[in-house]
Amino acid sequence: MRNNSSPVADTPEATETPVSAGSTGGHNSAGSTGGHEETRKVHAALTRSSTGSADLRELESGLDSLQSDAVRKARVDWSRILLPVAAVVVLIIIWQAYVSLGLKRRDLVPGPLDVAGQFGTLWAEGALQEAVWTSLQRGLVGFLISVAIATPIGLLLAQVAPLRRAFGPLISGLQVLPSVAWVPAAIIWFGLTDATVYFVVFMGAIPSIINGLISGVDQIPPQYRSVGTVLGASRLQMAVQIVLPAALPGYLGGLKQGWAFSWRSLMAAEIIAVGGTIGFGLGSMLNQGRDLADMTIVMSAILLILAVGILIELLVFGPIEKRLLQRRGLLAGSTR
Amino acid sequence: MPVVLENLGKRFGDGAPVLDDVNATIGKGEFVALLGASGCGKSTLLNIMAGLEVPTSGALEVPSDGAAFMFQDAALFPWLTARENIELALQLRGVGKAERRIKANELLELVHLAGAGDKRPHELSGGMRQRVALARSLAQDRQLLLMDEPFAALDAITRDLLHDELERIWKETGRTIVFVTHNVREAVRLGQRVLLLSSRPGRVVQEWNVTEEHRTDAGLAGQLTGVITARLREEIRRHAK
Repeated sequence: MRNNSSPVADTPEATETPVSAGSTGGHNSAGSTGGHEETRKVHAALTRSSTGSADLRELESGLDSLQSDAVRKARVDWSRILLPVAAVVVLIIIWQAYVSLGLKRRDLVPGPLDVAGQFGTLWAEGALQEAVWTSLQRGLVGFLISVAIATPIGLLLAQVAPLRRAFGPLISGLQVLPSVAWVPAAIIWFGLTDATVYFVVFMGAIPSIINGLISGVDQIPPQYRSVGTVLGASRLQMAVQIVLPAALPGYLGGLKQGWAFSWRSLMAAEIIAVGGTIGFGLGSMLNQGRDLADMTIVMSAILLILAVGILIELLVFGPIEKRLLQRRGLLAGSTR
Repeated sequence: MPVVLENLGKRFGDGAPVLDDVNATIGKGEFVALLGASGCGKSTLLNIMAGLEVPTSGALEVPSDGAAFMFQDAALFPWLTARENIELALQLRGVGKAERRIKANELLELVHLAGAGDKRPHELSGGMRQRVALARSLAQDRQLLLMDEPFAALDAITRDLLHDELERIWKETGRTIVFVTHNVREAVRLGQRVLLLSSRPGRVVQEWNVTEEHRTDAGLAGQLTGVITARLREEIRRHAK
């Protein structure tokens, strides 16, 4: 009997059951631990361990509930709202305190109240609404067109190796090139029109969206493609139904960066290219403040540009990203 | 014969052959356990049968519609629910939308997961994930099902249950199953036939039949396990320096 006891007994996970002749080992869990000369020790997993389909179903459902986490209820976490608000309040207090010290001339460093006053004036004139609306509309339209152009290009580059080798470095280079560099060229080509602004936005956003998508695709576990192959996916099905959704977290990162680049490029274009048929945006407001040497207008414009950036993150990208990561079980333990 | 392997060989680049002169035939509806130590090319052999890799020599006969495949980790897509993962397999096979839903529910019921269809993979336990993966590979509706150590990462309790589960499903669906494992007990528990693969290069060195008596008589099964283990260790010892 040396043969059958040695390989079994030295495995730590083995649950040994004493078996006497004729009995079915799996269910025999009586506590008679050896001693008997005829008893052979056999691994419980060698034979069927359940007594039938119904028994198996019950066992499995018991194990499933033991191994699954209880559903946790989501509560509104007030610290999520109160902490950022508190941070802003603290910064404004510091700002006011600094201004009150009177170290600098008031027209060079206006206080929060002066800026708030200018906000009121601009609002009453309608200039504030016009500037925000013009810029936001351009930024969003430019961004959405960039997404529509960049997504197929990115997917194509990520999936076709020779294309990627050929154009990859160029795209990375374009991402590093500040899109403001395109403003002079755009003015020469398109004059002082909306086309100039959009061109600069595209040159800022498209490369970073392409790069985000490519790096998202690079991070896909190789097994997903194997599964796709085994399941019989065609090239197009693989790209659209497996690669794209798998790359979504990285793609979303690219979209966020693409939006940031379009917003920045837009501001740069609006500051430099003023007049013609180009409307009055936040960049134009900033430039106007400089021309008038009115620091309160400059500060108002800066704060508005910042506020739009924060709102887009909080209202659009934040929730989308959170939902995306949560559904994939990727948020546990993060500080979000 | 759904699967015939003739003098099959595989080497990667200029390296030593991973598989050399592998011969085997697997009948329709048969459950074959492919056993071997680490690095014996079990997974490579399975990948060749699945069409994921091509052999460098020899001939191979597999069903023309290919094979279903189950990986060691469930490899479910995290952006889809359990049911959607199964539906995707059906969709890629060309099943219509309405029918997909019905079929997916049937398959979930088959693996005793009818209530978990709307859960996402990260909400499921390891055993449940593997059962969804099993349902997905059954959704492919291929006669041949290849399994690459599908239960290796599971805890012992879950594994024992999944052995019963797999045996039940095999009997219900009549699939031909090739099950790769490095666990002798698992091979004896599941296979009707156990093929032992040598290491470096991989080659079928011996095979054993497992009868229905082995399923119910733990003593008999234990004896066979001992014999196979001894042979496997002999094979490993050959590589000692």
